[in-house]
Amino acid sequence: MKIVVDFDACMSNAQCMRAAPSVFEVRDDGFLYILQEEPPESLRAAVEEAARLCPTQAITIEDGGAK
Amino acid sequence: MRSVVIVGASLAGVSAAKSLRKHGFTGSISVVGDEPHPPYQRPPLSKQFLAGTWDRPRVDLRMPDTLGVEWMLGARAASLDAYRRDVVLADGRRLPFEGLVIATGARARRPRWYAERAGAFMLRTLDDAIAIRDHVRAGARRFAIVGAGFIGSEVAATLSALGCDVTLIDIEPVPMLRVLGEPIARVCLRAHEAHGVRCELGVAVEGLTGTSSAQGVRLADGHVIDADGVVVGAGATPNVEWLDGSGIVLDDGVACDATGAARGIDRAVAAGDVARLDHPYYGSHRVEHWNNAITQADAAARTLLGGAVPHVAIPFFWSDQYDSKLQLVGLPSPTDTIRVVEGSLDAPRFVALYERDGVATAAFFFNSMHRVAAYTATIEAAAREATPAAAP
Repeated sequence: MKIVVDFDACMSNAQCMRAAPSVFEVRDDGFLYILQEEPPESLRAAVEEAARLCPTQAITIEDGGAK
Repeated sequence: MRSVVIVGASLAGVSAAKSLRKHGFTGSISVVGDEPHPPYQRPPLSKQFLAGTWDRPRVDLRMPDTLGVEWMLGARAASLDAYRRDVVLADGRRLPFEGLVIATGARARRPRWYAERAGAFMLRTLDDAIAIRDHVRAGARRFAIVGAGFIGSEVAATLSALGCDVTLIDIEPVPMLRVLGEPIARVCLRAHEAHGVRCELGVAVEGLTGTSSAQGVRLADGHVIDADGVVVGAGATPNVEWLDGSGIVLDDGVACDATGAARGIDRAVAAGDVARLDHPYYGSHRVEHWNNAITQADAAARTLLGGAVPHVAIPFFWSDQYDSKLQLVGLPSPTDTIRVVEGSLDAPRFVALYERDGVATAAFFFNSMHRVAAYTATIEAAAREATPAAAP
């Protein structure tokens, strides 16, 4: 799976970091960094949770993952 | 169970449909929504949409093409026949269901003194936001915002950034007082003042001035605030009237157990702004925020499918005002003590904990998004400790 973030929509609410801290990190500059753009399948549930909880719907999982 | 009717087509209703599918439900799902618009996001209405930086398609709620639901938009649920298990629509149609999801949300609370007239607005729906935006585009420049809670504060910030002359009015002495407590509410007040928003606080509003169109508001102290637009943000009222007489227990919302099961009826759940759940850590409460609608809808869907999963997620809310980001994790109570744990109340960023008997109940973040995950874990640990059987 591939993570795509719409950085125009992202408001750095850091809910993705709660759900999948090894993939998403909001740093002290206030910006979101993607730590793994293509995380392993073992992280799918966590990444889907991150996408689901994002308050600005900024996270998309490509390649057949849940939208 | 072969059929589910979801009443409410906003975030909680749509999330319930997604969760039902995710957890394997293959029966029919009908989603009834009283607004004509396809489901949309409400948070941008007071921010990006009102500011004009996000257009209409941008505020649509995202959903998979494979959801497989029957949309009944522009249809209002008028009552519930719990005996026959029908949702009765305003036009008389009856929708039989086996499982029911109540996600009718809340509506803007209308103060007694409010009157429908040109230039006077409340903000809850997309149509409300379009009307305010159009009023600004038509040249309105002086705004009186009544209610310095979450919506009023955001609208004040957005309109002020658009170059409007804004007066923010509230009966409390500081903005966001009930949500955040005084020391932190004072930080919000400072932000409004720093951006040139005039604050008329600790004073009640008596009424609108102007006859055919709103010309401002009259305050209880006799003072008149002239304006060519008035926006009222006076809280929200849960939409439960359609359930009167149905047997469902109503108590400032739909009274639910910890799993989202509605009291007084079988195989019916509630989620989102309309639902009052028993939370293992915070007790019985109703939350009107984004993430709660998603996590409650998920618990409700699983409960409807037989799982009976308690909803234990810790509430989260955020607000963007001016160039600042406010975030709150947990549910503080007015008697909690507030302790700044990073930075200081005068600093451009800080983190504060709300504590009861030395135990964290909530955390507030001012321009400190990078600390949210860590302190959320702190609150979750406190909740787990307090209620070992059922915490996250």
